[in-house]
Amino acid sequence: MTIFPRLRSAALVATLLLGSAACSAQELIVSAAASLTNAFQAAGKAFEQARPGAKVAFNFAASGPLLAQIQQGAPVDVFASADQETMNRAASANLIAPATRVDFAANTLVLIVPAASTQAPKQLGDLTNPSFQRISTGTPATVPVGRYTMEAIDKAGLTAPLQSRWIYGESVRQVLNYVARGEVDAGFVYRTDALIEPEKTRIVLTIPTITSVTYPIAQIASSKNAALAGEFIAFVRSAPGQEILQRYGFSKP
Amino acid sequence: MHALFVPLWLTLKVALFATLIAAAIGIALGWWLARRPFPGRSVVDSLLMLPMVLPPTVIGYYLIVLIGRNGILGQYLDRWFGINLIFTWQGAVIAASVVSLPLVYKGARAAFEEVDGRFANAARTLGAGELEVFLRVSLPLAIRGIAAGVMLAFARAMGEFGATLMIAGNLPGKTQTLSIAVYEAVQAGNDRQALWLTLVISLVCIGVLVASGRLLQARH
Repeated sequence: MTIFPRLRSAALVATLLLGSAACSAQELIVSAAASLTNAFQAAGKAFEQARPGAKVAFNFAASGPLLAQIQQGAPVDVFASADQETMNRAASANLIAPATRVDFAANTLVLIVPAASTQAPKQLGDLTNPSFQRISTGTPATVPVGRYTMEAIDKAGLTAPLQSRWIYGESVRQVLNYVARGEVDAGFVYRTDALIEPEKTRIVLTIPTITSVTYPIAQIASSKNAALAGEFIAFVRSAPGQEILQRYGFSKP
Repeated sequence: MHALFVPLWLTLKVALFATLIAAAIGIALGWWLARRPFPGRSVVDSLLMLPMVLPPTVIGYYLIVLIGRNGILGQYLDRWFGINLIFTWQGAVIAASVVSLPLVYKGARAAFEEVDGRFANAARTLGAGELEVFLRVSLPLAIRGIAAGVMLAFARAMGEFGATLMIAGNLPGKTQTLSIAVYEAVQAGNDRQALWLTLVISLVCIGVLVASGRLLQARH
């Protein structure tokens, strides 16, 4: 019986702690394209320092799955995708607050090979060489880098000859990992991704894309932290925010 | 329909081969460990059960380190035989056999342990060799328990996801099994297709479980 009051006070303390944590700390959930992982982690830290009391939680994946999660009601406040198309889909499903949408970064599509590879394709057409048995990019339906790749491949007239060689990754970072481990002979990633694995991969070609690789960001319509979401978007576009993005190789949109 | 049958066929193919491999290894090991205690038997037993408790990602990672193109075994497979298992359905078979092995092994060992040792000894006194004792006495007496384990292994192999995704990737028509097709459909927000695939895999698995349940019941 003496245990009971103690248990009750412990429960009270726990409730207070949990309750106060939920009330005071403003936590912002940001769903961001996989290619933004390192840059946004740094930007998130800087934002938390610049704005005491705010906490940023990131959810990194390919843009397609992130959109599907938001569609299914994930409590996301800010969405940053690696292409305009995914954001357009979000807009047409009324998932974002349209006025908050803005482009904040740009990137370049590159072809990389494992660092140990002796191959050096001079143009996209060289990929038809039998030594490129396995070429990786993102799943075109859900991963923007896959769509950018297929546009370029289509334009170069290589769709048919390369058809059986694709190894699709769940996100651009998986493509990077496949190349870094040497499981594929070449892969399409963004320049910023290749810069993360400079010892294991080598950029051999910069691919001009038909659709330019730009990153839109927007506040999710159902966000309960609209004000903080706006602050985060403003921070990413501010001089300190852009400085961080450029440090990771992104350019201005 | 095409989007349904290609992954279904691939899943059945992968699960069938994986079950055959797991059955061959699992039955042999189950019999060996059921016979008599030896130093380190519990360690061997734990190692064999490990795939059941380890996260599939850990198994996937072990397999990448082992059979990846630059892996411990993989580099020699590539150099000597030109065999690459990553991103192939054969790679998916290996992943599925590893995760389903414990089910065959555990079922087989329990079944062999339940067989009265006097039958085997009687056969030996009548001049039967060890192989003959195994094939004509122990195996037939334990077959129901073994079959139930094999059925469960088949169901497990059909549902394998994590290690398969890491080893074989997600290549439609080549390595995209039902479970991976469900994952991709959900990721892409394609709920209708996810629902159909889910129904198919649920029905097949229920069938397998009912069948293995019957086998176990008929025994008593």
